[in-house]
Amino acid sequence: MTDSHHKNGTTRRGFLAGTAMAGAAAVTGTAARATGPDPAITEVQPWARYLGEGVDARPYGTPSEHEAHVVRRNVEWLTADPISSVNFTPIHELDGIITPNGLCFERHHSGIAEIEPAQYRLMINGMVDRELVFTLEDLMRFPRENRVYFLECAANSGMEWRGAQLNGCQYTHGMIHNVMYTGVRLRTLLEEAGVQPGGEWLLAEGADASAMTRSIPMEKALDDCMVAFKMNGEALRPEQGYPVRLVVPGWEGNMWVKWLRRLEVGDEAWHHREETSKYTDLLEDGRARRFTWEMDAKSVITSPSPQAPITHGPGPMVLTGLAWSGRGTIPRVDVTLDGGINWVEARMDGPSLDKSLHRFYYEFEWDGSPMLVQSRAHDSTGYVQPTKDELREVRGENSIYHNNGIQTWAVAEDGSVENVEIA
Amino acid sequence: MSKSLKLLLTAATLTALGAAASAQTYGLGREALPEEVAAWDIDIRPDGLGLPEGAGSVLEGEEVYLEVCASCHGGFAEGTGRWPPLAGGFGSLDGEDPFKTIGSYWPYLSTVWDYVHRAMPFGDAQSLSDDEVYAITAFLLYMNDIVLDDEFVLSNENFTEVRLPNEDGFYMDDREESPLWGAREVCMTDCAESVEITMRANILDVTPEDAALREEREAAASDEVVEEAAAEEPAEDPNAIDMELAEAGERLFRQCSSCHQVGDSAQNRTGPVLNGIVGHPAGQVEDFRYSRPMETAGDEGLVWTEDELHAYLEDPRGYLRGTRMAFRGISDEGERAAIIEYLRTQE
Repeated sequence: MTDSHHKNGTTRRGFLAGTAMAGAAAVTGTAARATGPDPAITEVQPWARYLGEGVDARPYGTPSEHEAHVVRRNVEWLTADPISSVNFTPIHELDGIITPNGLCFERHHSGIAEIEPAQYRLMINGMVDRELVFTLEDLMRFPRENRVYFLECAANSGMEWRGAQLNGCQYTHGMIHNVMYTGVRLRTLLEEAGVQPGGEWLLAEGADASAMTRSIPMEKALDDCMVAFKMNGEALRPEQGYPVRLVVPGWEGNMWVKWLRRLEVGDEAWHHREETSKYTDLLEDGRARRFTWEMDAKSVITSPSPQAPITHGPGPMVLTGLAWSGRGTIPRVDVTLDGGINWVEARMDGPSLDKSLHRFYYEFEWDGSPMLVQSRAHDSTGYVQPTKDELREVRGENSIYHNNGIQTWAVAEDGSVENVEIA
Repeated sequence: MSKSLKLLLTAATLTALGAAASAQTYGLGREALPEEVAAWDIDIRPDGLGLPEGAGSVLEGEEVYLEVCASCHGGFAEGTGRWPPLAGGFGSLDGEDPFKTIGSYWPYLSTVWDYVHRAMPFGDAQSLSDDEVYAITAFLLYMNDIVLDDEFVLSNENFTEVRLPNEDGFYMDDREESPLWGAREVCMTDCAESVEITMRANILDVTPEDAALREEREAAASDEVVEEAAAEEPAEDPNAIDMELAEAGERLFRQCSSCHQVGDSAQNRTGPVLNGIVGHPAGQVEDFRYSRPMETAGDEGLVWTEDELHAYLEDPRGYLRGTRMAFRGISDEGERAAIIEYLRTQE
């Protein structure tokens, strides 16, 4: 495939035309010509004349007032009540791989617990040599580590199982965030308590009014889980579990218990509400998969997308998106502009970290014709992101969780973008 | 998970545990006291581990259920609005519209007991006695036709004898055996003759409108209100609001906020919007479906004066028999006064 995209697919003529255009631009050095002097340059702007606020004005800085639209958003009809609900990260407005703390999507089951740090306690009990209680200060005296991990809700894209529903990657793919956690290895704390033989399972429990619980197999607990108290360098935000949350890298977000208050070691799983009634995958034959912990490789184009249309008209443009896998890294993402007839490899940029978001770009010359854009992630195990129809072939249409199918955006001639399905 | 991988993981666990036994410890934290463990270790397992002594009957359960559960889950456990249904749906799991309830989907009864006990009622968690949780669980078994006798009593003695119909409907994650698993060759060029759009999100039109547009519209609306207010005669307020008390009330209002909203964007939820409720006639919030007794009280001229609100909030069901408000009331007069003061600030 070439850098140029045309109504009738990619042709040799298209390739030559594209090259010719790029050549012309190189000769004149610019594609646009001003019709008159630009007042943004010729007139002295207020910020260039008058003094701004001093260093005391913003002790905790917030984004520019012109970025007020970059916020988490809720889909009201999804749930009965905003207290037990979810909102969505505005991934269409973000770049790089790190999610700013205030934009990380929220999922609460009984609202945000506001915990006084002095009253915070973490208990380890059950099949351990010593049942222990830690304060926040105790936790901060263990050796720490820093890791960047994505957290994706298992229900991310869940509304799209039966077809295209929501116009915007914030809504279709925004139950995800990616931050650097500082904390203690869960293994370190379990070793402090001394896990007894037969202690094959761990129950993690939150201190909020839902007392959220999940069963976690001990091999995962001893592998890479963390008990975290910082995100992106600062204390966890209340809505992300302040003062302490569990980090379960690569596994569904529901297991990353916030406001973590207790870890119990046992010989069997607990089969609590969030691992039976919820977070199980009903298949076509009426039976359901349980304990589908790992998040499969997935990707989405964040721009252009319905909330990030092309506003600049034909010419050079940047297509970008995110890719991730709960099983490792993302060495490769493919991109198509014609609905999957022809694909090219996107350019990966930024750090490639285990179980972290990855950023990809594809720069090309848009000729202004309609496009059907998709991205397809390959993870470090060789797994390839399936199409939605391939996924439905295996899973049927009654699933909610673990929808990692390829997303299609239809770009119109005017640059507007719509969520569609194609065949 | 493949068998070989499972073996590998078991081996890894053993090695890890072996390492854990000889691992470095730091002597941090302190031993948990038995009372502390008992206070927090409330989890129940399918094998009955963790169940406290106690018992409750279907009929006792119905009484508690109607008081504290029915306002969201419906009088017949059918669910109201978007709140979860708890009964019915048998045989629907392999159909086009699966109806997942305790009876049709949940594998273990212990999950019901554990969840009701730890997280319900919504907004008043861990307020039910063990006997009440047994009774509600018994009632839910009855509503799902799993027990047929309304004299049935569920207790820690007979708990594990009760099995839910869909216990065998679950199996371990087997994604690694699916055809999508593992490295696959991908096509890069001429992969299809043509493609066409088969479905468009625009047609459904369920995406929330852009917040900026909404805010603009709301701001315009509130400007009108401000202008209207400014046009009114300024009057001396004989009842200035005690802001300190109102702030305390705002914190206390959290226990109400799972059902009642206040403020500019407030909407009716399980309970009506409470903007301007102090001094307002009862049962008159637009579009809210009140209980018959509340409607009647409003028609007969009940006005929510501070005194009436005190009486209602102290004992809702004693004050107005048949009210839908599933709330036990606030006995502390100072707390009630704070909440009422806060409500006075919500015009």
